Amino acid sequence: MNPTPHRPRRWPAIVIAGVIAVASPLARAQGTAWVSSERDHALTLVDLRTQAVIGTVPTCKRPRHMQPSPDGRQLLVACSDAHQADVIDLASRRSVRRVPLGEDPELFDLSADGRTLFVSNEEDGELGVIDMASGKRQASVAVGGEPEGVKLSADGKTVYVTSEVASRVQAVDVASGRIVAQIAVGKRPRRLALTPDGNQLWVSNELDASVSVIDTRTHTVLATLRFEVKGVRPADITPVGLTFTRDGRRAYVALGRANHVAFVDAASRTVTHLALAGRRAWGVALTRDERTLVVVNGLSDDITLVDTATARPLKSVRVGRVPHTAVVIE
Amino acid sequence: MTDRADRRGLGPSARALLVMLLMPLAASGATFKLVWLSPADDARLERSRLERAILGHPAGPAIDALRLALSDSRLELDAAGVRLDVQAVEVADAQSAKDAATRATRDGAVALLVDLPAAWTLAAAEATPLPVLNVGAADDELRQARCRRNLWHLGPSERMRADALAQLLVARRWSQVLLLTGPTEADRMRAATVQTSMRRYGLKLVAVRPFKLSADPRERDLANPLLLTRAAGAEHDVVWVVDADGEFAQSLPYRTAAPRPVVGDGGLVALGWSSRYDRYGAPQLSRRLAKSAARRMEAHDWAAWIGGRLLVAAVLKAPHGPAAAVHQALAEARVDGSKGVALGLRPWDGQLRQPLLLGDGQSVVATAPVDGVLHPRDVLDTLGADAAERLCRAREP
Repeated sequence: MNPTPHRPRRWPAIVIAGVIAVASPLARAQGTAWVSSERDHALTLVDLRTQAVIGTVPTCKRPRHMQPSPDGRQLLVACSDAHQADVIDLASRRSVRRVPLGEDPELFDLSADGRTLFVSNEEDGELGVIDMASGKRQASVAVGGEPEGVKLSADGKTVYVTSEVASRVQAVDVASGRIVAQIAVGKRPRRLALTPDGNQLWVSNELDASVSVIDTRTHTVLATLRFEVKGVRPADITPVGLTFTRDGRRAYVALGRANHVAFVDAASRTVTHLALAGRRAWGVALTRDERTLVVVNGLSDDITLVDTATARPLKSVRVGRVPHTAVVIE
Repeated sequence: MTDRADRRGLGPSARALLVMLLMPLAASGATFKLVWLSPADDARLERSRLERAILGHPAGPAIDALRLALSDSRLELDAAGVRLDVQAVEVADAQSAKDAATRATRDGAVALLVDLPAAWTLAAAEATPLPVLNVGAADDELRQARCRRNLWHLGPSERMRADALAQLLVARRWSQVLLLTGPTEADRMRAATVQTSMRRYGLKLVAVRPFKLSADPRERDLANPLLLTRAAGAEHDVVWVVDADGEFAQSLPYRTAAPRPVVGDGGLVALGWSSRYDRYGAPQLSRRLAKSAARRMEAHDWAAWIGGRLLVAAVLKAPHGPAAAVHQALAEARVDGSKGVALGLRPWDGQLRQPLLLGDGQSVVATAPVDGVLHPRDVLDTLGADAAERLCRAREP
């Protein structure tokens, strides 16, 4: 599934989307994209086969980050203004439980057994550790200002947190709750992604047009990958969301106000393709077959479905107000 | 002149001490001292002024936001083993501002942050080789004819504010402007700046009319908004009011003869910050100040906060000093101001490059540079004086 090289002339996204929607059913994905909307207190469901909205599910106030439970039965939604997680049963599409997450929760990660949740509390500058069985906060770790991205290491022993104000990634030892390393990265680090082998942690630096690649064994920065988009100034390239393919060979990085998603060859750390998306493209999620990338556009209230084989946008689908995160459920 | 460091800073400094006792320093750098200068008996902070909440005027002592910036930076400072202490000094006039700057230099300070009128700011800058960061004086002359190599500006200049509004009027195609100007010398100079911006963006001046804040029936031609705007006819798209005091401008919207929007110092105002801004992490920052100082965060606060962040970036770059190295690092610093882009200081006039927010106190209606405005290098340089104009000779090599 090697993508074809970039076309010399670029057609407007809407033309491409229209042509492909009619002419090429082969790119049609399966499953449903669940998209959180910060202003609607609801999740929008998009059928990826018909590329249409099939409904909304009400949730708590200002839903942002979402992640399925390890058993795939539930979806956890962090609600920043409700200071809690909504636990949604995927079969019935109903909320079954609310778990307090502390002040202004933004992003979180779950332990492999689903029993422990690690959450960034933006307001208090804390990493919260929540026991999911009892719903109790087991520990709080003071971290740098405006913590955002949270990611558990492959062995589950270390949790990484970005601090947007301090421009650092902090490594917290789960057992002791101590900060064991502080890694200086670019300005305003936002999101984290681990390579599938767990050896590298990639960090998007929103005000640096870059991704820092951290060695998880030495906690040092191995490389910094800078993005360039023809006709766009560096100040308008503001990377946020990123994700890897299962084989770890490619990363997708949403470039924010540059309105594109970068396809990155992970080994050589070079951008192979750029796909056009909507305004302030900032969230990414792959379908299980990895043929479709769902891109969440924060300023145009829509998602863009991108064909990963050709790096072309297939269709834009209008969702709720200020969409934040997409999760694909198949 | 009184030293208020103890009274105001007891909470945060006690906390800092506690942190220091608990955490061994990761690396050892120097201890730096910042000196904050503000006016004694600050008329801008009188209760009746604060209650008016005039857009673009201080909402409280801006030092609150400087202290917030230092507390936001504690992790970075601790990791580098660097301490940054603030000494707050009140000054009564230009002479005492000058004396305070001289004393700060002698006592080994690394920089001054000043929230003072233009003449006092200049007196402080002339008395020291240290960087002087101007929080609140928007006067263009401090960036132009009377600029200094060590004087840096955190809040937007009058010209940046006028350019921002002019850009929006062009985008809206509200091109016919009725200009109302206040009676002070400051208003006269600011009105000239507005007219220059209008010419640059091709806006049409329908008429200029002076106004006066008065209840005297013999002066009603000057004081009554209906009479003032009726005489100009309905041939204008928008009323631009220039009013440094702000009381007249604040009461002008909905009092015009023709149904026309008001911009300038009332109605829609170009601001460095607004507590209503809700993008790029702005609410988190405003909430932190609301928590630490129990009030909303407005433009002057943001200027003091970003000054703190710039100085933190500078001392982290040169953790062992000396002051000249910190000054150099300050000139090159790029920081996140929660306005969506990295911000730095313009070498040609010392002004902080920044997007402006156009707000009416209820919402942020637009940001400037407005979409579609272009610049050959950095679109932020469409706001304020550009390098090629060479208006600050003191900074030329």
